[in-house]
Amino acid sequence: MLRRLATGLVVLWAAATAAYLALLAAPGTTVDAIVGEGADTPLIRAQIISEWHLDRPAVVQYLDYLWRAGQGDLGRSYLLQRPVSEVIGSQLRPTLTLAAVAGLLGVVLALILAITTRRPWARRVSSTAELVLVSTPSFLIGIVLLSIFSFRLGWFPVSGGQGVAALVLPAVTLALPVAALLTQVLRDGLDRALDEPFVVTARARGLGERAVLVRHAVRHALLPVITLTGWLFGVLLGGAVIIETVFGRPGLGQVTLQAVTSEDLPVVLAVVVFSAFVYVAINTLADLACLVIDPRLRRS
Amino acid sequence: MSIALDRPLALRRSFAASGVAVPTAALFLLLALIAAVHPSLFAGDPLAADPLHVLEAPSAAHWFGTDQLGRDVFDRVVHGARHSLLIGAGATSIAVTAGLLLGLLAGLAHKYADEALSRFFDALSAFPLLLLALLFVAVAGPGTAGLVIAIGIATMPTYARVVRTQTFVVRQAAYVTHAVAFGDSRLRLVLRHVLPNVLGPVPVLAVIGLGEAILAAAGLSFLGMGPQPPSPEWGAMLSEGRGYLSVAWWTTVLPGVVVTLTVISLTVAGRRLQRRFEGRLG
Repeated sequence: MLRRLATGLVVLWAAATAAYLALLAAPGTTVDAIVGEGADTPLIRAQIISEWHLDRPAVVQYLDYLWRAGQGDLGRSYLLQRPVSEVIGSQLRPTLTLAAVAGLLGVVLALILAITTRRPWARRVSSTAELVLVSTPSFLIGIVLLSIFSFRLGWFPVSGGQGVAALVLPAVTLALPVAALLTQVLRDGLDRALDEPFVVTARARGLGERAVLVRHAVRHALLPVITLTGWLFGVLLGGAVIIETVFGRPGLGQVTLQAVTSEDLPVVLAVVVFSAFVYVAINTLADLACLVIDPRLRRS
Repeated sequence: MSIALDRPLALRRSFAASGVAVPTAALFLLLALIAAVHPSLFAGDPLAADPLHVLEAPSAAHWFGTDQLGRDVFDRVVHGARHSLLIGAGATSIAVTAGLLLGLLAGLAHKYADEALSRFFDALSAFPLLLLALLFVAVAGPGTAGLVIAIGIATMPTYARVVRTQTFVVRQAAYVTHAVAFGDSRLRLVLRHVLPNVLGPVPVLAVIGLGEAILAAAGLSFLGMGPQPPSPEWGAMLSEGRGYLSVAWWTTVLPGVVVTLTVISLTVAGRRLQRRFEGRLG
């Protein structure tokens, strides 16, 4: 338990350091990046150096970065001259909404599919569809949905982030590949669970096949899904960046892409470190959840 | 759970196990490979613009239609195979090579070094693939080389972990103990005995990984981080065609379908190899 937390902290530290090294590896000096396209005189450069404390030794700067990152301060945007946490914070809501709705939709879809497609022919159809969805670039799914439901049928807005209607297509686009992969995991889990002795007992008690599945087998099949939560978050967040571009939604994706193209490294760095932080947090929670759910794991 | 119980599950996996899928996938991959090596065998000039035939629907003359500059979409897709497959293959080779070295190192190293390397793998996989790649692009600038390195590094931990686990298994094997007893040098031990036996699952993983790398590359170049126009890379084509979606769906959807078919073929082939491999072990 304590070991889990310590490991999580070490991973976080390594992630923050790796990201910081990327910053150092960037061609050109930090001053160049801050000056950007703006006025460039020796005086301005000197000002920037003293204002951003760039005259201190690299080790001090690194420790300072770690210290402030630990307190949630991820620096200032070169381009917008605002604290990065403010820049990200203001755009976090639409992205988290999208990711949460898509994640929920994906899990529910996967549960329904895995439970209802137990017959051989249904399983065949479903797993073919899963293979196709997992192998399709998410932006293609988005583009196809967009051209059918927005351009042809006019049911949903073509772009924008306002209202529930604008959330439907992006959420479905993001949810479909997730649902496909989770269905595969759940189906494997169900197959495994149905081979266990307790299922024979349940059937011997006269329980119907559906009740055996829903009441007994699903709970076992869900465990591997819970350990995938951290991965799921990464997929949703990374996917959101692309989906937001396809549907012209505001959010973290727009901020990140803009920062990448304008070489606003503190913002990119902050998004990456933030996502690593959430990943580690979710994974640690998922491990604890598994301990709560499955008493067998507590013994070892 | 014993292996005997796991076996029927793998066999029950329908589509990929059916007789048609594997030959079809193999044929498609062969075609894609030929297209990548020698595109002019199938297709004309991918950059030839024709202002008189702009945004034409698919026809006998233009199988995939034409784009906003009158370029033949099919020609561009065929030529794009070289870009996309090369990026995927490059990224996968970086990932496999680095993963093999670091995995071996972790598997053979002292406890603390192993712990440090393992946490390093954990830290790398804490970043979502796409965001990590974006960070690289932000540092190195957009372009093919950055894309290859970014995806390669981001996908490395998968291979490293597998190799590390394999190394642990091989280390305990009797033939390694024998070799040590015969006084083989460390280098000879690793190259002759450990490395060949660690390699086992890596090629299979790499086939499936190649599909993932191609998907990731398409996504990144869709965002404008890969090869720049007018080069006919698949993701970039999709991005370019997006503006004409309401009038010419074929400029985006058809290249997209080719990406999907490629990745499906790789996955089907990879799973097939995996089953063979597991069968041999069991």
